[in-house]
Amino acid sequence: MAYSEKVIDHYTHPRNVGTLDKSSTKVGTGLVGAPECGDVMRLQIEVDENHMITDAKFKTFGCGSAIASSSLATEWLKGKSIDDAMKIDNMDIVEELALPPVKIHCSVLAEDAIKAAINDYRVKNGLEALESAKSHH
Amino acid sequence: MNLPIYLDNNSTTPMDPRVLDAMLPYFNTKFGNAASRNHAFGWAAEEGVDYAREQVAKLIGANEKEIIFTSGATESDNLAIKGVFEMYKDKGNHIITCVTEHKAVIDACKHVEKLGGEVTYLGVKSDGLIDLAELEAAMTEKTILVAIMYGNNEIGVIQPIREISAIAHKHGALFMTDAVQAVGKIPVDVNADGIDLMAFTGHKMYGPKGIGALYVRRKNPRVKVTAQMDGGGHERGMRSGTLNVPGIVGLGKAAEICRLEMDEEAKRLSKLRDKLQVELTVLEESYVNGNTDHRLPHVANISFKYVEGEGLMMAMKDLAVSSGSACTSASLEPSYVLKSLGLSDDLAHSSIRFGLGRFTTDEEVDFAIKQTLKAVNHLRDLSPLWEMFKEGIDLDKIEWAEH
Repeated sequence: MAYSEKVIDHYTHPRNVGTLDKSSTKVGTGLVGAPECGDVMRLQIEVDENHMITDAKFKTFGCGSAIASSSLATEWLKGKSIDDAMKIDNMDIVEELALPPVKIHCSVLAEDAIKAAINDYRVKNGLEALESAKSHH
Repeated sequence: MNLPIYLDNNSTTPMDPRVLDAMLPYFNTKFGNAASRNHAFGWAAEEGVDYAREQVAKLIGANEKEIIFTSGATESDNLAIKGVFEMYKDKGNHIITCVTEHKAVIDACKHVEKLGGEVTYLGVKSDGLIDLAELEAAMTEKTILVAIMYGNNEIGVIQPIREISAIAHKHGALFMTDAVQAVGKIPVDVNADGIDLMAFTGHKMYGPKGIGALYVRRKNPRVKVTAQMDGGGHERGMRSGTLNVPGIVGLGKAAEICRLEMDEEAKRLSKLRDKLQVELTVLEESYVNGNTDHRLPHVANISFKYVEGEGLMMAMKDLAVSSGSACTSASLEPSYVLKSLGLSDDLAHSSIRFGLGRFTTDEEVDFAIKQTLKAVNHLRDLSPLWEMFKEGIDLDKIEWAEH
């Protein structure tokens, strides 16, 4: 199976790898997946007082497509409001990275991670959690 | 040194140029049907087949009449298991095999179960070897066949073949082995090892694809299998079909080269393999899978914890290896062989199989070590699990979201 050029690009030069201070009230953390399933994503966002995402970081245990999906997600998150970020759909990621059907779960996991990070931030800041992740592969 | 480097010799081996040279005339000038008894074209083909049969027999200490040519080891496994089941059904219906067998053996056994057979699938110990006491306990009066592989394709462990065959024979059962990974790599002798039926194939021993053989014992005892394909009654009636003469000649030549060069080659490869293993397990949290004392000389299966196998292979872009990661299989399940050793799913996902071969050089192994070390470190930098491990978080205590 050959990878798309965009997957290879994100995999070879992953954007925004790293860790934010998860104890900060400005930071939302989403940790999704499971080691026994072969993929775990941790996605973090830093949000300002206007609910705009100023920074995003990830670390992923998984295949090339999972790494690329989370790298792309961090790129898309920066500069978005948390409400707009909530609208990112896994199929947008599938399309952008040209993921084959067998790798669609990687994009679902990235969407889950985005939503989990936003909800973590919301709960920390006294907002209610929104629609939970759509999940499951 | 040419890139990428081929380190997947348990999947298939490149053909030795000497094998190709031996085969070529049988595609053109010596194209005859080996079954044509009345003209020179047939005789030339038959002569090539007869010679190859001797070459193959000699490699495994057999008589040439005991070699049945097939299309490969999958066919040989099927013929042995289904053929013995049909031939000996008056004697019993019980077969014993083990869970780490190749799918060709396991699925042939499943087929036999549908036909009224009973099959015991022995588990393996954490080192990949079967427990002889368990085998002994599983034997019954109805047991007609014990089918245990010689060397495992994923982890390379070598089963205690002589002890296994002795137990089978003590209880009046036949012993069959899938020896695809062992024949041509380590000394295999059907008499010393007590083997009644043995499957092997050309393309794992530097011969061509599409040709394999089943060894079927002719004396002490005389073993018979029911043919699984009807036709002209070739191969002593056990396997019909016009003989694949170029393939057979290639298998013969490949067998001869292995016989003559095996000892030297095994020493060279185990030294290279050990070097690779020693230098890679310098990495923290890396584990060699399977028994290392009873192992094929050219294989090392290593799990690099906290990185995922497919992702890792992508970073080892100049190396052709394979992984037990689910992502590399059609089923999306991690390797059943590694799981049967009791490995957790995450370690199975993190495994890489290095399979060295006749054309692997020192320089290539050095390169492979460097690139693997770099890739593992790169992916660990990206891995949330590695970070958590380094922070002292017990990953087993985290409630992971089910998905």
